[in-house]
Amino acid sequence: MSASLYCKNYPVPAVNKKEALRFAFCAQADAEVELLFDSCMREMAPCLSCKVCYAEFPVNLKGNLIYLGFTCVESADLAKNLAGCERIVLFAATVGAGVDRLIAKYSRVSPAKAHMLQALGSERVESLCDVFCEEIAKNAAEHGFSVRPRFSPGYGDLELALQTQIFQTLDIKRNLGVSLNESLLMFPSKSVTAIVGLKKI
Amino acid sequence: MNISEFLKENIVILDGGMGTLLQKAGLAPGEEPERWNITHPDVVENLQRAYFDAGSNVVSANTFGANTLKFAPEELEDIVKSALEIAKRARESSCGKQEKFVALDIGPTGKLLKPYGDFEFEDAVSVFAKTVKLGEKYGADLILIETMNDSYETKAALLAAKENSSLPVFVSNAYGEDGKLMTGASPAAMVALAEGMGASAVGANCSLGPRALRGVVEELLSCASVPVILKPNAGLPKSDGVNTFYDVSAEDFANEVARDVCDGVRVVGGCCGTTPEYIAALAEKIKNIAPVPVTEKNITCVSSYTHAVSFREDPVLIGERINPTGKKRFKQALCENDIDYILGEGISQEEKGAHILDVNVGLPEIDEKEMMCCVVRELQAVTDLPLQIDTADPAAMEAALRIYNGKAMINSVNGKEESMRAVFPLVKKYGGVVVALTLDERGIPETAEQRIEIAEKILSTAKEYGIDKKDIVFDTLAMTISADNKAALATLRALAYIKNTLGCHTSLGVSNISFGLPVREAVNSTFFALALENGLSAAIMNPYSVDMMKTYHTFRALHGLDENCAEYIDFAQGLPTQTAQSTVSAPSKSADSGKTALQDAIVKGLREKAGALTKQMLETVPALDIVNSEIIPALDIVGKGFEAKTVYLPQLLISAEAAKAAFEEIKAFVASSDGQMSKKCDFVIATVRGDVHDIGKNIVKLLLENYGFNVTDLGKDVPAEEIVKAVELLHAPLVGLSALMTTTVPAMEETIKLLRVRAPWCKVIVGGAVLTKEYADRIGADKYAAEALDTVRYAESVYNQANG
Repeated sequence: MSASLYCKNYPVPAVNKKEALRFAFCAQADAEVELLFDSCMREMAPCLSCKVCYAEFPVNLKGNLIYLGFTCVESADLAKNLAGCERIVLFAATVGAGVDRLIAKYSRVSPAKAHMLQALGSERVESLCDVFCEEIAKNAAEHGFSVRPRFSPGYGDLELALQTQIFQTLDIKRNLGVSLNESLLMFPSKSVTAIVGLKKI
Repeated sequence: MNISEFLKENIVILDGGMGTLLQKAGLAPGEEPERWNITHPDVVENLQRAYFDAGSNVVSANTFGANTLKFAPEELEDIVKSALEIAKRARESSCGKQEKFVALDIGPTGKLLKPYGDFEFEDAVSVFAKTVKLGEKYGADLILIETMNDSYETKAALLAAKENSSLPVFVSNAYGEDGKLMTGASPAAMVALAEGMGASAVGANCSLGPRALRGVVEELLSCASVPVILKPNAGLPKSDGVNTFYDVSAEDFANEVARDVCDGVRVVGGCCGTTPEYIAALAEKIKNIAPVPVTEKNITCVSSYTHAVSFREDPVLIGERINPTGKKRFKQALCENDIDYILGEGISQEEKGAHILDVNVGLPEIDEKEMMCCVVRELQAVTDLPLQIDTADPAAMEAALRIYNGKAMINSVNGKEESMRAVFPLVKKYGGVVVALTLDERGIPETAEQRIEIAEKILSTAKEYGIDKKDIVFDTLAMTISADNKAALATLRALAYIKNTLGCHTSLGVSNISFGLPVREAVNSTFFALALENGLSAAIMNPYSVDMMKTYHTFRALHGLDENCAEYIDFAQGLPTQTAQSTVSAPSKSADSGKTALQDAIVKGLREKAGALTKQMLETVPALDIVNSEIIPALDIVGKGFEAKTVYLPQLLISAEAAKAAFEEIKAFVASSDGQMSKKCDFVIATVRGDVHDIGKNIVKLLLENYGFNVTDLGKDVPAEEIVKAVELLHAPLVGLSALMTTTVPAMEETIKLLRVRAPWCKVIVGGAVLTKEYADRIGADKYAAEALDTVRYAESVYNQANG
């Protein structure tokens, strides 16, 4: 069941401002929101520490039962996502605990800023995942594979409990410094685990 | 020879990795390695003997994860007992000729402490305490606290070790690539904390290879006055698909670590990926290197959970604003348990350039100990500045020092026997830099000479308690010159003597000097300049005072402490100009929108302008009129826009904060005229037990306050009992509960059940990401609020029904 496990540090990805504002429930920004966004960007920039660890596994589907190489789960939604895939990349990404410290700082004194930091932090880790997944896609294409959209525990009917196996498999606590609490929430909170299906073209 | 004596003259060699070797020997993934002390004692013993044979002076018993969170008490005792027996058997049967010791090994509990996690500091202390007691009982020679990536958990473990044993304690942390702990602490901050509490050695282990840890080691060596530990991994983990291996060979590892030993590291070993082979190579490599003597660095410093602040040439500013003396608005905040106001004062002072925050919450009508702990706990979650615990009550002082995440500044001790007897043991136990006032049983001496005498007495008494003079900062007491025109001179002369002749750092509460005089700022800032020139190291001052900040920045520029005057120029450019101050025009209708200037400022979310306009209006308009005809209509404009989806959540929040700034001016005005603001009714709000998310709750609170509700915020992770008690006490007609995680919805349901029994009059509103209308109905809530404004609307309807 062992697979090669890799860890990589990443430079801070480019900001997808539209996405960040969407996370903040803001379809259109006025001057004050712009100012708030800029100040959040400035304060967050030095706090980011982007890391990814990942491993590749074979995958087998028997109806909704999915043999993921490191464990077996039942999920109609993931089965649909992985239909026709031969392999998966399992990965975990984090932008570090600095973001949480910043959010904690403002949560009591400026809900507006805390809210925007929260949104920006989510965008940061999602953008990191985008960068990583593009790399995977490029690499996969060279070997004749296409990639499926990433799929995380908690999406659709894929149970969050899968986090426990993912954490063990990728040794995430050690490799990324991310821990999982009893409620299966991650800290640093701006962290993502996901599965990317690889399908033969 | 015991380990402390051995450490004085020698380089101490620790052992190497354990976990990976046990896995090779058959430990299954997920199996607790500590159970092997019972099931496979021979395997553990052979491994440990191999380390002693390879040259280790200290082998850690297999107790890294041995704590009551993982094992039942009886099993824990068996595990620790056999762990130490095994290690001692390995020692006796080893062929190694070196001095050999066994350590009780203590790793992280695996649970994250508050504020990031849900584990209480004192719970962590008791978990560690149980392991420590067993370690001492079964004959460990020392305690090794290692791989900690959180300063707060490190403190919990160290406190437990010191309170429950007399063994020497080595403290080692896991630093990331950024050279900091996961929760943010720098090596200098960890040295301050660990040394302050009496650790025998401090250092770094795990997470990285020796080369990547070099920066951390350099910083440790530059500030530690105790031996430095280095116990790195064999590089980074790699996997070939079958086995995990590390990328630094035994030979390279030994070469790298030997370099650090030449630089002054005194305790060395290996962590993940290292084996007896690595330790043997290391022992061979360093056998002829003479240990670099450990020197006293004489650094006066305090620390927060992120960084250390040292007293050197550069003056240290201690913000004085968290103090009720002479501040009616602050007193009101304390009486109303309005912690947010206090936190706001903390953050504003940080933004104005304070380096340390003084925390004084003493008021006759409140429980100072409880309030002090609450404020320290909350402040250290929002600001990374070190705190100065300012209280005359030793019980409050001890409680605050205990939970403080770092090495605190302590205000104060003085030359009275009683004061020194109460304060010095606390400084010794918890660490800290204490401000010593040069007064004693006879009061404040008039002359400089008498103050110096008291300072010398304080120093010699401190020494008896084992407190070094670097941890004492003298305050030669600024007294007002309006009562005695020689007062400033006596203060300054004593100051200069203590700094230059006794070689101690100094601090002054600068603003006392001008009491009773007009234009106090002028006197304060000039006195501040004189004191700095006479050797003042730190000032307790008001960072909002432009005059004081001018003096500070000018002094630094004039003393060559500000390269290219860059910081001075930066400061000068940020100063408000005369014209900018007058741009706040009188309240008037703005031409285009039909809104008044204040309404416009709130709608646009201009926080400072809204505050300034309100302040101006208060000179002529009754407070209540401003609320009813300016602020509330402005909030309604924004609220309606939000409901019509032309205004989005961030804009709503920015406007709400601008309105809050307006309210803050009104509160300050009403407090200063000893008035009372009428409030609609009580509203108790909390995030339920088990849930640590509070942004949503804070948003609702902000809006409710703006609409005139008297909000009691119980915070996050609040047990049902506490919520019900608060509702009963206030007879609150409304309570708002927030839960963000599916796992905490049951806690919400439990709270509602208890409320129905004991506070049947109370309407319950629930909200949070995981809730739906159906779920809210099922758990018996009166109202499901999908949006923050839903809560406000519902609360208003309940209030209006009850009040006609």
